[in-house]
Amino acid sequence: MAEPILTVKNLQKHFGAKNNPLRAVDDISFHVMPGETLGLVGESGCGKSTTGRTIINLYDKTGGEVEFDGRNNDRLSRKEQKQFHQKLQMIFQDPYASLNPRMTVFEILEEGYDIHKLYKKKKERREKIYGLLESVGLNREHANRYPHEFSGGQRQRIGIARALSFDPKLIIADEPISALDVSIQAQVVNMMKNIQKERGLAYLFIAHDLSMVKYISDRIAVMYKGKIMEIGEAADLYERPVHPYTKSLLSAVPQPDPHSEKGRRRISYDAGMHEYTEDEELELRDFGNNHLVYCSKKEYDSWKA
Amino acid sequence: MADKNVSELQPSDFEIVGNKTSETETLARKSISFWGEVSRRFIKNKLALIGFITLAIIIIGAICGPWISEFTYRQQNGDYNMAPNGTYWFGTDDLGRDIFTRVWIGARISIFIGFAAAIIDLIIGVAWGAVAGLTGGRTDEIMMRIADILTAIPYLLVVIILLVVMQPGLFPMIIALSLTGWVNMARITRSEILKLKNQEYVLAARTLGANNLHLIKRHLLPNALGAILVTMTLTIPTAIFTEAFLSYLGLGVPAPLASWGTMANDGYPALANAPWRLFFPGVLICLTIFAFNAVGDGLRDALDPKLRK
Amino acid sequence: MNEPILQMKNLEIDFKTYAGTVKAVRKVSFDVFEGETLAIVGESGSGKSVTNQAIMKLLPQPPAIYAGGEILFGGNNLLEKSEKQMERIRGNEISMIFQDPMTSLNPTMKIGKQITEVMLKHKKISSGDAKKRALELMELVGIPSPKKRLNQYPHEFSGGMRQRVVIAIALAADPRLLIADEPTTALDVTIQAQILEVMKDVQKNSRTSIIFITHDLGVVANVADRVAVMYAGEIVEIGSVDDIFYNPQHPYTWGLLGSMPDMNADKKEELRTIPGSPPNLVDPPRGDAFAARNPRAMKIDFEKSPPMFEAGKDHYAKTWRLHPDAPKTEVPEIIRDRYIQYNGGDQ
Repeated sequence: MAEPILTVKNLQKHFGAKNNPLRAVDDISFHVMPGETLGLVGESGCGKSTTGRTIINLYDKTGGEVEFDGRNNDRLSRKEQKQFHQKLQMIFQDPYASLNPRMTVFEILEEGYDIHKLYKKKKERREKIYGLLESVGLNREHANRYPHEFSGGQRQRIGIARALSFDPKLIIADEPISALDVSIQAQVVNMMKNIQKERGLAYLFIAHDLSMVKYISDRIAVMYKGKIMEIGEAADLYERPVHPYTKSLLSAVPQPDPHSEKGRRRISYDAGMHEYTEDEELELRDFGNNHLVYCSKKEYDSWKA
Repeated sequence: MADKNVSELQPSDFEIVGNKTSETETLARKSISFWGEVSRRFIKNKLALIGFITLAIIIIGAICGPWISEFTYRQQNGDYNMAPNGTYWFGTDDLGRDIFTRVWIGARISIFIGFAAAIIDLIIGVAWGAVAGLTGGRTDEIMMRIADILTAIPYLLVVIILLVVMQPGLFPMIIALSLTGWVNMARITRSEILKLKNQEYVLAARTLGANNLHLIKRHLLPNALGAILVTMTLTIPTAIFTEAFLSYLGLGVPAPLASWGTMANDGYPALANAPWRLFFPGVLICLTIFAFNAVGDGLRDALDPKLRK
Repeated sequence: MNEPILQMKNLEIDFKTYAGTVKAVRKVSFDVFEGETLAIVGESGSGKSVTNQAIMKLLPQPPAIYAGGEILFGGNNLLEKSEKQMERIRGNEISMIFQDPMTSLNPTMKIGKQITEVMLKHKKISSGDAKKRALELMELVGIPSPKKRLNQYPHEFSGGMRQRVVIAIALAADPRLLIADEPTTALDVTIQAQILEVMKDVQKNSRTSIIFITHDLGVVANVADRVAVMYAGEIVEIGSVDDIFYNPQHPYTWGLLGSMPDMNADKKEELRTIPGSPPNLVDPPRGDAFAARNPRAMKIDFEKSPPMFEAGKDHYAKTWRLHPDAPKTEVPEIIRDRYIQYNGGDQ
């Protein structure tokens, strides 16, 4: 079996005071295989975005390890650091805030090459940037325009083009479609899937829209209060959710179908329902077929049955 | 709407021709740069435009005024306290010097002081604020406390002591004005940087491997420039006014040099018999301060992203 | 059906901007009947929010201009009412819930006071009765231990609880019409589900009519009795919720429905997308506004704006497809499949 492109081990990120920290990311572990899409879902404040930002070093982690492309990112030489910045990229949520309003599209796309001092010849650089634009369905006439002249969907495509500057191996997509209109969401998702097919890159797709996540992801991890509650193959997790939180989350997603909506049964979740005692060990336990669920031994036995 | 009656339609009208999506990808609006749009909005603001024109006239006057005049600012012509007339357009003072010439020489000095103080504020304030805002944490804390202490000391007291110690003159005046003036600029810059450094485009640059210098140059300063510029246009009139005020206290530039402040100071005792000696410098001080404020406000409105469409 | 409580007739709203006059709402007509929920769906810039802010006359003028049409509420044209008269209607006969529960409450006022204030302003009621009614309302919207909560400030409430408070305030004066502008968009799905349940319960008990503005078709399927689909400042299709989801007629409605994956979507298949982007309403296209994005557009679509064709009982669509001379265009497979699936195979 191939090596994972990204391995996260016991990652922690705390904010605020040392004696009473906010545990935004509380000891989570997962991996992403080359060319696969891992969906990371959860409600606001569950730590999914913090996870993404900590992996890409926008935040300093509090503990744990991140291994990207076979190298631990605590021990990178200068050259490897460059590689890290080129091969691991990010797409942001807000297509209005993620592009500098004072720069033209061309300047935005050449920024990475400037930073890494690549493609210094004018002509070479221009060709490269036109190529990026074309790969996201925009054309070279758009290069000299400013971001505010574009629609939300077009801007998000520019953000994707920027992330593709160095042919990355993994893109962390932090709610890339939640600020977009429905019909535009589909355009962007299709584009991301096509790019993945062509270039074989992997996505860590962070979102709260469960229908879209199911559609785009190979595997899905469900986060709640800084921890991963359940992780497994997309279809498996949606059809056979084990953890009560996952069940509750899935039961709340409205479907574009009036008949099934009429009969909707919402399942509510209360974290107190587990009644964990202090000596119980909580961890991700294997329910087979790479389907892991965060639970106690006792729950494991009863849920497994 | 003058729709054709439905029954008048031809079957050929219903031929399927498909979509024209290529058209929807073209950008409807004309390409216009950020500053292009700002200047367009600025020009639409009448008050700001008047301020700008007033300012232009005063600056042209400062450059050309002394040339046009047949006198020099220190020349004593023997006509004492003459009212404005054909020879002396703005009259003369008690030493027989031409007020028209002196007012424009004064403009040079006042405006020079204003700009110099603003530029020194700009250099120190922006550097201080940018470093504090970007590094954050302890450094930020210490730097901003120093700034707080500086503002806590009564400003006028510092200026007066300094001028007394250093002897009144052009450069002591500028130093006195900048001594605490930069703190405001530093605060504005810092708050802009704090706001900008968590913008997603700055994060995006960091994920591309950008260092702090790159971030400042490419993202932070260009986007903070608007606020900095507005602060600067509002610093200049304050400096001009403070200069006039200090001159009035007798701490201004020494004779025979003239600033508007020293001229007003000299003219005040003669208010009853030669009011023009106070009138002209006074009006120019007011006009200049008004003009800078109007331009500053206009710029702030023009730069306001909420008005961007 | 009974008499409509609100009738919008050919409403037109323009916005003056630096780029020119934006024709944000272009001849929009619809009725709202007593006790029903009309969902207005559309993407950003479709004019759905503007249309409804016009009912409350909340659009700042300038830049907004009421360029034509009328809004009849209980037989009176709201557009002709003075600001004073509108104040008596707002919060009393028509009330509104906004998207962001964080900013629609006054942070310095106790929750109880914010609820009773509306009643005291509009109804002849003693403050003791108002308080009793406030407790009832809080119970109705599912706020636990209302007695204690009455004396708390907004910051002591979670996002979902705040939106419940907002609903309680909106209902305080027993309005005949409630306009909910994306009331759940800022909330998490689990909270959203709760709020939708609350709104449905409330309606069952009070016969209040609701206009529910949203872009989320799942939410529409959940709450709506009837649906109006807006595109480029116009209503392009209006009908019962079943008509819109199982028998849609306008190509834009197909596009919307097709571009949203449901939980059963096959991931091998590409999502259906609507190509291109919506038109610029400074210079709206001649003919059907959707034509440029419609792969099956006809010649006429680029020339003449289509009228509303009747597609069934109380189901109208603004598309030339429904003209008798138009060639038969098949409903896309994905939508037909859904129809068959949910109707147990018939048709």
